[in-house]
Amino acid sequence: MADLEDMKVIDPGVDDNIAKLTPERIERTINRVLTEEAAARLQVYLDTCVHCGLCAESCQSYISRDKDPDFAPVAKVKDTLWEMVRREGKVDGEFLHNAARIAFLECGACRRCSMYCPFGIDISYMIMTVRRILNLLGVVPQYLQDTTNSHAATMNQMWVQQDDWIDTLMWQEEDARAELAGTRIPLDREGADIMYSVIGPEPKILAQLIANMAIIFKVVGADWTMPSTDGWDNSNMAMYSGDFETMGRVERLHWERAAELRVKRVVMGECGHAYRGAVYDGPRWLGWTKPPIPMVHAVEYYYEIIKSGRLKIARKIEEPVTVQDPCNIVRGRGLHDKLRYVVNAICSDFRDMEPHDEHNYCCQAGGGLINCGPPWKRSRMKSNRIKAEQIHDTGAHLVITPCHNCHSGIEDIIGFYKLGCHVSFISELLVKTIEMPEA
Amino acid sequence: MVEFVSGPLVWIAFVGFFGGLLYRFVTMAKLAKRERVVIPTLSAKYGLRSLAHWVLPFGGASTRKRPLFTLVSFAFHVCLIVTPLFVMGHTVLFQQAWGVRWWSLPDGVADVMTLIVIFGAVFFMVRRLVKPEVRNVSYPSDFVIALLVAAPFATGFIAAQQWLPYRTMIIIHAFTGALWLLAIPWTRLVHMLWFPFTRAYMGSEFGAVRHSRDW
Repeated sequence: MADLEDMKVIDPGVDDNIAKLTPERIERTINRVLTEEAAARLQVYLDTCVHCGLCAESCQSYISRDKDPDFAPVAKVKDTLWEMVRREGKVDGEFLHNAARIAFLECGACRRCSMYCPFGIDISYMIMTVRRILNLLGVVPQYLQDTTNSHAATMNQMWVQQDDWIDTLMWQEEDARAELAGTRIPLDREGADIMYSVIGPEPKILAQLIANMAIIFKVVGADWTMPSTDGWDNSNMAMYSGDFETMGRVERLHWERAAELRVKRVVMGECGHAYRGAVYDGPRWLGWTKPPIPMVHAVEYYYEIIKSGRLKIARKIEEPVTVQDPCNIVRGRGLHDKLRYVVNAICSDFRDMEPHDEHNYCCQAGGGLINCGPPWKRSRMKSNRIKAEQIHDTGAHLVITPCHNCHSGIEDIIGFYKLGCHVSFISELLVKTIEMPEA
Repeated sequence: MVEFVSGPLVWIAFVGFFGGLLYRFVTMAKLAKRERVVIPTLSAKYGLRSLAHWVLPFGGASTRKRPLFTLVSFAFHVCLIVTPLFVMGHTVLFQQAWGVRWWSLPDGVADVMTLIVIFGAVFFMVRRLVKPEVRNVSYPSDFVIALLVAAPFATGFIAAQQWLPYRTMIIIHAFTGALWLLAIPWTRLVHMLWFPFTRAYMGSEFGAVRHSRDW
């Protein structure tokens, strides 16, 4: 039985909007998605699942909630999609509230369960189909919907205005020059090797990460640029709220900006979902099998410049560290070995969590979960006790998180479970450890 | 009656089984074209790589965590497919009907394999009842399907042992077998048809798109 405290969470984006729905609209919307938008994949997955329950123990929320059967991935599909199919869309408000709680809060679409399903059924795809239905019904947690609204109106996640964007870059350039003379953030340089793109929260709340990257680019002598206008944000919360039209617009603009700048590749900051949106979910919605220009995640780029000797490490972090494998770049890109190479290059006491690599547990923050905001935080924390135990067992004082969602999610877990560690992006450690050229 | 079950009924079962599978496959292939990226994503290399890990016992990390389940499941499925094709009683019928001869299992081996299938079906049903995460997602139809699969094996075994009147058992055996084959395309037993595709698709996504492993 699901936790009653979590069942009672009130979210205006969910509950107020459910109150406005009519049974006809619910039925029509569900059936439209099931029969017109979804096709072979959904049908095959619904047909093939033999209800074996082998996916249960893959899921951090099932494990963290003392093996509550309602938190097994298959149960989450049963209580949402299977019922919608069985009742041919005739479901009520209470059902939708619970479906929203499950689809938006209890599944981070991390795809760990697909590695436990013998058939390789993409369970997160089915949960995303539920989110799509809820989105078309206007039933989306308020905080998450706000980020989607921001994407739709400003083409970035955090309502950053054009003048704020350029002003922030100039401010960060100035800060970076204080650290390393001659550092620049070149804007709109056509034909550069690299376009660097970031997620909306960087200019809004973590601007120093942009300066860190500018310093790293300066040290290795990279030929890089950033766009001065919309398309600079590679994040995509619309992908997670089920607003795939807006997701497609955001991704298309990002790639169009890169194409206009005629760059050879796009390097992106330390974020997981943005990688997924730009390389995978976005192109898929747009009908492309892959992005038009190669996309390189920061971890891959750090690996490349450290391995080739262009970036030299002068000193190492000595406190015990562990690393959170972000699902979207590990299960989503196989970057776990490169990540460990980078971490070992800058830290002398690295301790792995168990399990790790592709078998890591999700941070329960990605997949749009943390973006559902404060009403749901307690429930989110309860669903990832296993992560707190994993971190605690390593004895590490520092958790390295090369992903924004992991970073915020792990910070929450450390606070909630009083683990007494701190978290850091790799770029923050690099600027402390690399050999800077003489000014 | 025996003439009917060893003649027309076999044809009905085979035509229904293969025809049903073909129909499902063709309609699904059409439906798959509507999803613009499904077919282009499929990669032979990564699809087969994933399949190889999952059709071999203990090839997937999660299968190593549950050795008993893995052993029972693999033994069950192997015996389920191999026994009906090679049991002496069937090969004789194939030879009489079509004049084709193929290798057949010694009686004792076929008996053991049949018992493995029956044991496997019972194991799966008990598991459904005792494991909360499985019971939570089990419907009456799940038990009906397990019984449907076990039925031709149980009746065939009883007939072979001649514990009950042979002719009656053979007739029941043939009907349950036909029912089983006819049900495959239209029930969750269709995982027999879709398994290679779902696995290959996930393997392709993990390998070709995501550069990682799905086992």
